[in-house]
Amino acid sequence: MAGRTRAIGMRLAQTVPVILGVIVISFVLTRALPGDPAVYFAGAMADEQSIQQVREALGLDKPLVTQFFLYVGDLAQGDLGRSISTGQPVLTDLAARLPASLELTLSALVLSCVIAIPLGVLAAVRQGSWVDHLCRVLVTAGVSLPTFFTGILLVYIFYYLLGWAPSPLGRLDFIYFEPPRVTGFYLIDSLIAGDLETFAATLRQLALPTITLALFTLAPIARMTRAAMLQALSADYIRTARAAGLSRGKVLFGYGLRNALLPVVTTLGMVFSFVLGANVLVEKVFAWPGIGSYAVEALVASDYAAVQGFVLAMAFLFVTLNLIIDLSYALIDPRIGFDTK
Amino acid sequence: MHTNRRNFLKLTAAAGGAAMTPFAWATRADAQGLETMVVASGQTINSLDLHRTGTNRASYQVAINCYDRLVGFGSRQLPTGEMSYDYDTIVPELAESWTISDDGLVFTFTLKPSATFTDGSPVTAADVKWSFDRAVSVGGFPSTQMRAGGFFRPDQFEAVDDRTFVLRLDYPSKLSLPNLAVPVPFIINSAVAIANATEADPWATEYLHTTTAGSGAYTVTRWDQGQQIVYDRNDAWVGGPLPEVRRVIMREVPNNSTRRALIERGDVQVSFDIPDRDASELVGTVDVFSTPIENCIHCACLNTRFEPFQDPEVRKAIAHAIPYEAIFQSAAYGRGAPMWGGSPDITDTAWPRPFPYATDMDKAREHLEKSAFASGFEVPMSISLDLASWMEPTALLIQESLGQLGITTTVERIPGANWRTVALVDKSLDFHLENFGGWLNTPDYYFFWAYQKDRLFNSSNYANEEVHALTEQTLHMSMDDPEWAPLVKRMFEIVIDELPRIPLYQPALNVAVNGASGYEFWFHRQLDPRRMTGA
Repeated sequence: MAGRTRAIGMRLAQTVPVILGVIVISFVLTRALPGDPAVYFAGAMADEQSIQQVREALGLDKPLVTQFFLYVGDLAQGDLGRSISTGQPVLTDLAARLPASLELTLSALVLSCVIAIPLGVLAAVRQGSWVDHLCRVLVTAGVSLPTFFTGILLVYIFYYLLGWAPSPLGRLDFIYFEPPRVTGFYLIDSLIAGDLETFAATLRQLALPTITLALFTLAPIARMTRAAMLQALSADYIRTARAAGLSRGKVLFGYGLRNALLPVVTTLGMVFSFVLGANVLVEKVFAWPGIGSYAVEALVASDYAAVQGFVLAMAFLFVTLNLIIDLSYALIDPRIGFDTK
Repeated sequence: MHTNRRNFLKLTAAAGGAAMTPFAWATRADAQGLETMVVASGQTINSLDLHRTGTNRASYQVAINCYDRLVGFGSRQLPTGEMSYDYDTIVPELAESWTISDDGLVFTFTLKPSATFTDGSPVTAADVKWSFDRAVSVGGFPSTQMRAGGFFRPDQFEAVDDRTFVLRLDYPSKLSLPNLAVPVPFIINSAVAIANATEADPWATEYLHTTTAGSGAYTVTRWDQGQQIVYDRNDAWVGGPLPEVRRVIMREVPNNSTRRALIERGDVQVSFDIPDRDASELVGTVDVFSTPIENCIHCACLNTRFEPFQDPEVRKAIAHAIPYEAIFQSAAYGRGAPMWGGSPDITDTAWPRPFPYATDMDKAREHLEKSAFASGFEVPMSISLDLASWMEPTALLIQESLGQLGITTTVERIPGANWRTVALVDKSLDFHLENFGGWLNTPDYYFFWAYQKDRLFNSSNYANEEVHALTEQTLHMSMDDPEWAPLVKRMFEIVIDELPRIPLYQPALNVAVNGASGYEFWFHRQLDPRRMTGA
């Protein structure tokens, strides 16, 4: 146990240079972007005089090195700076928007796992059957349909034509009020508040964007499950297990699936981090106040602090996620230990 | 579900603030008229304070809804039957009356005695003085806009007593009074602002960024940045007739298709600033207003620093080769007003006006053959990616047409963040598209920004001494002055002949309305809910 704690400590220590690198690179890269925030924020009618006033107000008249040390100094105190376009501390913005994205992404991942893993397993077990073909069709559709297209299609059918879905207006229809904030996840917060109506409303708003994203994330997970499962099932130990007369369920799930899970979990981690940044198109279609649209808007406006804050937040998430995945490896497959490192 | 929501909206409005408590949805009630109006907009509001650095255009609506100015504009019916604000009619807002000295240099305003801020304190001349001082001192866009009216320094403003405010100008100008009715010189509760100011922030920009302190027709009761802003009516408003709509909910919906579904289903009453294409397709389904934006023209600009464009024959050849009708149909879906095929005789001072050029490839060839570039030339044509929706199709159509003359163009797409610097500041784009529009609706104001040498929107590097002098002469002159019209006509004549900017069409502001009425076009291109009513 002490060995594991030390190993986790080691892993955490390894992330420090990564984060430092991200800080430097995000600072340099945002400055290298074309466009001058002073000009942008001074507005279209601004003249030289007003642009210079804005430049001084934003602290952009100082040399780059000074700006960097000021930024690092603020960071050390937990201050990510202030977004110029929203006028709020970046930390506040991220705290408001990250849960929205996480809630959507996690719901989508749960949904796609619930569908994709059984589908992948069945497709591997019954190769060439209709399940296998269904799996193939779903995967192909999921990969080839861009998310904004699926999103608009779903809105068209389920909101516009059928009227089953609520108006695609973000996380909660305006007739409800957001639950008292605890986690920032409306589903959880409304349960904590014991407000089942708001919970149901949140679920309804979540349905379409979740399905949209799930369709997209389903593909790699189902494919990976099927391939890993096929490989596991053709392994010697499965033959041995079968020869030993173990039950079908025990063979499939106890030995087959457990061994196949490793690549699936790896894929899941990659899909998660990819989707969190890439679901901006879904956010736009469903007016979802997520982190993707925040980052894009900040980038367009050359809003340095906001872009850097976003990159940093993503880096942290990614590092944490990788750590969790590494730890889960050891749970899934006891042969993988930390002692080897 | 559907009717329930409607009923609910009416209820929340009728119950006013009490309905802001959660779970109010469970009750039902019946009410008449449009109590709550839901508006979908693609733009995001990033501040409640127009004067703050970085405040975007969409946020100007807060200055309009929650604050008053001394004066406002009246309204008029356009020839198309649509309603618009009226630049020529100045109406009282916070000022009860005003006098202008004979030399036009001193404006004396008397404030309405019953005017109060939303905290109940009376609006005094000291508040006006503080707000104007702020607008000219904070820098950036608000100060630039103040200067257009001749307001430069705090010493021009004086609070004589509680109800009398005096404004002194350095020179008389016809732009001064209208410039008091634009969103910028709004009047803030100075006592509240000063109480929340700090040494580093003497103008309380931090405080007013998230809180309003005005006397306007509405107050902000809720602002979820990136999602929605909720306005509730201020029943004590004296700036004009009390609005019918008690609550306005502005939802940000970035995706155009989603907004279209919402307005067609009737879940929102107004979809603001929709694309030309949606506007043309929604006609017949819902009420669509497409008002040509005053004093705004989409242009193809020929930069004088590029050698072939110094040849007047080349410029005329291009003006005759542009496929205007095709551009108007495919880039604007026929929304807006044509700016080609006008009469060559200048008999009036209407602006924007159609230039006397039309698509005629034979004439274009004739002109090109007379020039020193008869065999054609190569030129890059630049467009802004932020404005790609109209610039892209326009550029491709121009490219194809000029190709027939032997003028080879390559379309260069410039990122939006970079566009202003290269197009307007450096003025380094040889051939490009541009869309300046002026708030103050006079031709000389347009000329000031777009045709005078070195001005920001003169992206063609156009320099003509006579035009420069004429603009200086007419800019502040009253339009009733008998000298004004002939001078302006002369300005038109020169730029129509010299063509530094070739007008393509006047763009439209498109608004779809379903279940409401009373929409009016405003130069600031934001929704003014104060005059809107139920269907």
